[in-house]
Amino acid sequence: MKMRRYAVLLGLLLVVGVVLSACGSGGSSEQSGSDSNSFKTAMVTDTGGIDDKSFNQSAWEGLTQFGADNDLKEKEGYDYLQSNSASDYATNLNRLVQSNTDLIFGVGFKLAEDIGKVADQNKETHFAIIDSVVEKDNVASIVFEEQQGSFLAGVAAATKSESGKIGFVGGEESELIKKFEAGYVAGAKSVNKDIEVDVQYAGSFGAPDKGKLIASNMYNSGVDVIYHSAGGTGNGVFAQAKDLKNNDPEGSYWVIGVDRDQYDEGQIGDNNVTLTSMLKAVDVAVARVAQDSKDGEFPGGEIVSFGLKDDGIGIAETNEEAYTDDIKTAVDEWKQKLIDGDVTAPTTDDELKAYVDSL
Amino acid sequence: MLDILYSIIPQTLFFAAPLIFTALGGVYSERSGVINIGLEGLMVIGAFSSVTFNLLYADALGTAAPWISILVAMVAGMLFSLIHAVATITFRADQTVTGVAINMLALGFGVFMIKQIFGKGQTDFISQPIYTTDVPFLVDIPVIGNMFFNNMYITSYIAIVLSFLAWYVLYKTPFGLRIRAVGEHPMAADTNGIKVYTTRYIGVIISGALAGIGGAVFAMTISQNFSISTIAGQGFMAIAAVIFGKWNPLGAMGAALFFGFAQSLSVVGSSIPLLENVPQVYLLIAPYVLTILALAGFIGRSVAPKASGVPYVKGSR
Repeated sequence: MKMRRYAVLLGLLLVVGVVLSACGSGGSSEQSGSDSNSFKTAMVTDTGGIDDKSFNQSAWEGLTQFGADNDLKEKEGYDYLQSNSASDYATNLNRLVQSNTDLIFGVGFKLAEDIGKVADQNKETHFAIIDSVVEKDNVASIVFEEQQGSFLAGVAAATKSESGKIGFVGGEESELIKKFEAGYVAGAKSVNKDIEVDVQYAGSFGAPDKGKLIASNMYNSGVDVIYHSAGGTGNGVFAQAKDLKNNDPEGSYWVIGVDRDQYDEGQIGDNNVTLTSMLKAVDVAVARVAQDSKDGEFPGGEIVSFGLKDDGIGIAETNEEAYTDDIKTAVDEWKQKLIDGDVTAPTTDDELKAYVDSL
Repeated sequence: MLDILYSIIPQTLFFAAPLIFTALGGVYSERSGVINIGLEGLMVIGAFSSVTFNLLYADALGTAAPWISILVAMVAGMLFSLIHAVATITFRADQTVTGVAINMLALGFGVFMIKQIFGKGQTDFISQPIYTTDVPFLVDIPVIGNMFFNNMYITSYIAIVLSFLAWYVLYKTPFGLRIRAVGEHPMAADTNGIKVYTTRYIGVIISGALAGIGGAVFAMTISQNFSISTIAGQGFMAIAAVIFGKWNPLGAMGAALFFGFAQSLSVVGSSIPLLENVPQVYLLIAPYVLTILALAGFIGRSVAPKASGVPYVKGSR
């Protein structure tokens, strides 16, 4: 009898845990009872969640904007499902397919494989993948020219740096993050050919402790500007820069944020360590593709690319004190060159090498 | 060479501090005979409660906020560990299964409460974190001052002092003897008039308190916010440190420091002349390889307390 009693207790504990974590993710989708001719779109987050201060949040802002533009209601016209682990991706995608969603966004390259599979099984539903390419007729691939924004971040970093040493912290080493790295290094070298760029990968997007270790080591070795492209790992970079700034308010410890304006993250007392941020307007892209799709012009099978030209990529100018006029002048100059095509920002190690050799 | 030590040692210490607290908690729980796989979940509760408290009361409390947040996390950890204690000691549930349940429950609870309180899935950055400081006077000692007393977190020192205290309590006081007796041979302890259940409850609650502090220290010094991925594996590293350290507080501290050292070596490695040509991926896996090697060979057999994992039934043989 005793055995059974605690088995029940344990069972209850587990149930409560599962229920709570389901609630925590917030957006459980309801079977839509709306009429069939109304448009419904939804997104599946990666493990970041819609307030990750990064591209999940930005994508959600885009969908919200799209909803407001078209008088759609949250949950009915547009919705999101949160993924708490990689195993949730396929489940969430299928849940949305079953609730008759017309257009489903997968936020982040981690969803690419599952989008591919689910898109194969549901040819009538439209999908869009952000930050990756899935070659299927019912999938639109939204990519950004991060190398351009990173190039400008490099220009800003090299102009700001007094020590001639700057750093780059990446999450997981991948083709995508390589674009950030290559663009950044190229931009920095364009301003100062002899600048030293310390490149480190944390091996994870969710390891603030690792990020802090790397940042601490970089700042110790004389680096004064760090550009991070590492999601949650980047929080550790901010923590370290702020800590150093707190002890030494006169010192130069700068961080360049990524994906969205990370000005708030850099605030410490009256100082701010965020020099600028490489902006990736996922919201613009999501709203545009959703609108096209609603208007019957879904770019299925295409790669939709957003860059400096169409404001899909940009550079933040919020920190007016640190982002001085000479930085602004330099950045604007290179920005024009990139837009005009006089300069092409590299995306891989080989292209970077060729670019640096040509300087 | 000295420069490298100047950067490795402080990094090792700040990385290790949360692990040390949590591992000490693990030692007390397991020494009293209750396996605590739930350390990860208890750390989550610690991180969650400290960040929430800090965000809500930072304005009123000023620079005292992070320290009070850590105390709040300690209490929250104690309360949460009671679930584990009641299930495993009173109801004799399987300790591993309950521990896993604690981990899942804690994460769900934390994220759910954040959603309720702040209306979003992860918090903002706290405005009053713990900053590093130089230790006055000691920092002026040549060489050693720069190594151990420059830009350090006070929490790292507390962790190390606490390890010695924990060792003293466990090996040199009657209370520690009781904890160990209950974990090795509860029936013998019972016959000698030691309250087995009470002692085990205390062991588990101490582990909850220390794991809560560990999570809070992680949040106050390193992540500075709380989200679903704030505590990702540190609790399990602490469990590894307990085993690595042979269920001894000082051993656990050593193991945690070793983990910190290996991690920081993997980062600093690229600037050490001898290691700079090693591809980074090897440096990234080095901490784990070193740990496996250490567990497999260097420390000899690591034996758990005899009654660890076995519920005690009064009067049974």
